[in-house]
Parts: sequence; structure tokens; C-alpha cells
Amino acid sequence: MTTSALRDLVTRHPGQADQEPFLEVVDLRVHFPTDDGLVKSVDGLSFALDRGRTLGIVGESGSGKSVTSLAIMGLHTRPASEQTRPGAQLSGEIYLEGEDLLAKSPEYVRSLRGKRMAMIFQDPLSAMNPYYTVGHQIIEAYRIHNPVNKKVARKHAVDMLGRVGIPEPSRRVDAYPHQFSGGMRQRAMIAMALSCDPDLLIADEPTTALDVTVQAQILDLIRDLQSEFNSAVVLITHDLGVVAELADDVLVMYAGRAMEYGSADQLFNRPVHPYTWGLLGSMPRFDRPRSERLLAIKGAPPSLINVPSGCPFHPRCSYAARNNGRSEEVLPELAPVETGHTVACHLTQIEREQIWEHEIAPKL
Amino acid sequence: MFAYIVRRLLWAVVLLVVLSMVTFSIFYLVPLLGGATPETLAARYVGRAATPETVHLTAEKLGLLDPVPVQYWNWLKGVFVGASYDYGAGVEQCPAPCLGYSFVTKQPVWPELLDRAPVTISLALGASIIWLVAGLSVGVISALRRGTIFDRGAMGIALAGVSLPIFFTGLIALAFFSYKLRITAPGGTFVPFSENPARWAYSLLLPWITLAFLFSAQYARLTRAGMLETMTEDYIRTARAKGLPERRVILKHALRGALTPVLTIFGLDVGLLLGGAVLTEKTFSLNGLGKYGYDAIVNQDLPKILGVTLVAGFFVIMTNLFVDLLYGVIDPRVRLE
Repeated sequence: MTTSALRDLVTRHPGQADQEPFLEVVDLRVHFPTDDGLVKSVDGLSFALDRGRTLGIVGESGSGKSVTSLAIMGLHTRPASEQTRPGAQLSGEIYLEGEDLLAKSPEYVRSLRGKRMAMIFQDPLSAMNPYYTVGHQIIEAYRIHNPVNKKVARKHAVDMLGRVGIPEPSRRVDAYPHQFSGGMRQRAMIAMALSCDPDLLIADEPTTALDVTVQAQILDLIRDLQSEFNSAVVLITHDLGVVAELADDVLVMYAGRAMEYGSADQLFNRPVHPYTWGLLGSMPRFDRPRSERLLAIKGAPPSLINVPSGCPFHPRCSYAARNNGRSEEVLPELAPVETGHTVACHLTQIEREQIWEHEIAPKL
Repeated sequence: MFAYIVRRLLWAVVLLVVLSMVTFSIFYLVPLLGGATPETLAARYVGRAATPETVHLTAEKLGLLDPVPVQYWNWLKGVFVGASYDYGAGVEQCPAPCLGYSFVTKQPVWPELLDRAPVTISLALGASIIWLVAGLSVGVISALRRGTIFDRGAMGIALAGVSLPIFFTGLIALAFFSYKLRITAPGGTFVPFSENPARWAYSLLLPWITLAFLFSAQYARLTRAGMLETMTEDYIRTARAKGLPERRVILKHALRGALTPVLTIFGLDVGLLLGGAVLTEKTFSLNGLGKYGYDAIVNQDLPKILGVTLVAGFFVIMTNLFVDLLYGVIDPRVRLE
């Protein structure tokens, strides 16, 4: 498939169809050469995202969610550069307002990091440097992109801590990460990420390490800050609840590829991919009797070195037998099912509708 | 913090007393268990042709006739309140801290230690600064260029540095740099710092470098391993995600985490060296504590042995205290209690 054809498949929202999307990923591939073989962590992924909108990327561990976000940030070590571990092989295009980041120099991408695009990590305890105060780390992030003196930067850090809801920010600014609670640390992490008003915020499992009440607070905070800064947010998670809470669009990933891509409404109310059905079925529900068993997806995610032939999901798919072995041989391309809703699946429209109506929907 | 330091210092005194007891016991118990008498012990310190009467008299003067605990008590009392000795040439006053008189040369130990200490301190501190700087830089560069020619070369040289004894590298360095090229001072020269700082540095340059070569190898390997570990930490990725230049990520965020193990070993090494770098001092004919202790052991001169042991113990304890205090500075999570 050509690049232009791929770009045509990428979702455009009504009224913005002729405008260039803010972030556009086209046919991204991230491969890691290892002693055991080539690990294809991301293998042909495309999506687009506009300002002020949130894209949720969901999938099991090892589906390539984090690798995708690190690729956007330019945080993979390339084989040619100085390295502490073997580098990643990247191909495809990542456009940030029309600029292909993969074609730019690492130094240029570095100058964008923290300023135009920022990232929030999963575990704020290990993601913050234990040797420096929280304030120091925010000040450092701010001053690297803004030529201000320490005093101004410190005031900004205190401001940011206050804005993310940390009480007594002028005192807490001098505290070390280990002196913060988990939720406070994640707030500080967000303050650090937002210190330079980034246009793109990537949140990689921002609430996984937190307990449920704090999770809700952090999600509220991200939503509020997003509307305040009008930034684009990529939210990476395996928690569909978090996606339902925050995302406008959802990308379901499996074995480094997009399985289904559409608006949150489409994904939650009219899902079409058997893997998405599996994810939805395995979500605990409070409005169901506890005696009901969760519908787990059978099997385990595949090895990314020996990805199953054809559709990578076929060994775990209950409906793979329906198309006379095509699932095992032919890799399904992303194809539209309705406006802004695409799926990579061999099932026909009629089959999907039947299965959904009779087998899946009643159980969800 | 203050209470912590006071407590550690009190413990240091206890440790030193125990150390002296152990040294004392080893010195006497082994020969006594082997059937030695005060006379056979005293025979070591008189001429071969001495009569039994002379030997007995010497044993009496050296206090060897007393039971070992009494001898120890007399020695310990001397440390705190001073003592007087009579080895046959009249009564000598020995003010506190009196570490006794040499059994062999009949000279008081304490002034001799004070005389030797500057040599060893100069040697140890100068060399430790060189090896710390060299070891850290080579280690950091090696870690960042892992697998390159620099890394392999540096680690190869490091392996050689760890393996080659100082009396090998030292003698070769002396022969080449001091005697053939004549660019460094020959062995046996030491100019006190207070006398002439430039000459002081010149006189110690070769011993410093040779000693540092031995140690920096270990530090390079330790730093490299530490860097490789901290470079995989999540907070390094965060630092990069902030857009920090790689140099800053490495020197500010990664190196700090790699420093702690290096510092631990550094404290031990410097402490040990301050008690006497025996082989280095022998190789370069420097009259430091190491050579003093070596001679004391060869002559079975208990007061000298005790003196050197205590000074060495003191330095080890002090550098460890210093390192523990530094932990608190380097790592804010460390609390001294």
C-alpha cells in the first residue's frame, strides 16, 4: 500500500478534513535487532490526532503502545548513534504539524522534546530522579527551553506545582520525590511535563501505579489541563475504563499493528474487531452480578519475533475458522466500516453484525 | 547530625581500644601458646651472645615478666596519662599520648609516627585524587562507548592495572622515567609540602601515578558498571524526554547514581592507604608509615606495631565516617541516625 493511500485511511474529523492534522503517524515501524532475531515491536502503524483531542491507545502488554510513544518522542537509540544498548530501526513518517520528525536530526528533535511535546511516565517514583528536588527537576525542564534566570524559573515551578493541585507549592518545591506520595509525585511529573506548555502530551499509563481514587483525580487533572492548554493528548493504557473516561478517539493495538481505530463512541458502542470484543468482555463491570465470569481472551500475546502469519490475532480468535484459512495466510489491511472507523479483520460486514448482535452484545 | 558524629567518634575510641587489645593478644598469645617464656621473647631484642642474666634483665625492663593483661594495662594507661620508661639509660619521660618505646631502638613511638605520617598522607591523598579523576572519566567514557575500541582498550589496560603488582610497574617506571629519561624524581626523595610545594609534588609524582594506575583501573571498571546500570533507569529516560542534551543527562543525572558504590570503595581504599602503602613505600624508598610498620614487624617490635596499627585503624575509621557523611550529601534518601 502506498503512503498516500495509507494517509487517506487516517481518520479526519468532519470540518477539519482539508486541514493538516496536528500529529500524524504514517506506516510507522520500530524493529529491534536482538540475538534471538528481529523484534517487530511496531509494524506498520498509522493514526492522526488534532489539537484539543485525546487519542487513547489500548492493547495488552507488548502490543507496541509504549514503543510507539517513545518513537514519537525520538527516545529510541538509533543504531548509528552512541549507544548503551543496541538501537532501534525506525521507518515510516511521524509528522508534527507537517514536519517529519524521523527525517530530522536527533539534535532538532531533542530541542522539541519537553517544549513542543512532553511525556508523562507510568511510575513517577522511578521516573523522577531521586537525587534532585522536585523543584530542581521542573526548573531544569523549564530552563533548558526558556532563557530565564533561576529565580524566575523557580517561581514558574511553584506556579506549576500549584496548578496541578499540590498544596503549599512554595514549600513542596524543595522536597525530594521520595517525600511525595504516589499521587503527588504523578502531579509533580505532570507539572514538569507541562512546564513548557507542550502542544502534544503523551501520557504512558499515567495512572497504572496509582490507587483508584487518585487515578480519578489525575485523569480529571489531565482533562482540565488539556482544555486549558488546548494540547493534543496521546493516552496509552491497557485500562479501557481510563480510555472511556478521557479519549475522543481510540486505537486498539495488537502485536505492533492497529486492529481497530475509531471514535470512543464507535469503539465502545459498535466495536467490530474480535480483539476489541475480547478487551471489552474482559473488563470488570460493577453493574453485573459478581458471580458472572469475565470473558478472558484465550491464549497469550504472541512473540514479536515470530509474529503469527496472516492476521497476528488468528491463533486467539474464535472466528478465525470462518474464512477457510485466509486468516492464517493473508494479513488484513485496515479498511473503513463507517466514517472515521476502520478495522483490520477478515470477517465480512454481515458476519460481524451477526456475531455482534447474537454473541457479543448480549454478554457485554 | 551532630549527635550522630559524636556517637560515631565515641565508637571509634572503643574500636581503637579493641584493635589494640587484639594486636597485643596476637603478639603474645601465639608465642606463649607455642611455649615461649619471657626470656625467649626478650632474647629477640638482645645480641646473640647475651648471657642469661642480660636476657632476664631485658625481659624485666621491657615489662615482659608481667602477665599480658598487666602489660596491656600499663601500655593503655600510657596512652591516656603518659608513662616513664627505663631501658637502662636512665628514666625517660613519655608524655601522653605515649604509645610506648621501641623494644629495639628504644625511641618513643609517637614522635616517630608523627614524623612518618606526612609522607604517607601526601602519597595517599595525591594518588587518590589522580585515580578518582582518571577512573571516573575513563569509566564514564567506556560506559557510553560500550563495545568500541576505546572501551575495549581502556578495559584491557584496566585489567593490566589491576593485575600488575606495584613492585613491577613501580620499578619499571622508576627505571624508565627517573633513571633513563630523568623527568621524575628518583626513589627515596621526599620534600615536605611545607618546605616547597612544587618540589613536594615533583618528588611524589611517579609514586602517585604508579599507585593511581593500580587503583584507577578498579575505579574505571566500577564506574563503567555503575553507569551502565543507571543509564537504564527510568529517570534517565525522563531527563531525555525533558529535552536535556545528552551530556547533561550523563554528567548530571546518570553519574550521580553511579557514584555511591565508587565512594564506598574509595573510603576503604584511602583509609587503608593512609595507614601505610607498604609496597609503594618500599618500591620508592619512601619513609612512610607503611615502611615503618614493615620494619616493626620484621623486628617484632611490639610498640611500633601497635602504633602503626592504631594509626591505620584511626584512618580507616575516619574515612569511613567521612564517606557515611558524604552519602547523606550525595543521596537525599540516606538519613544518618
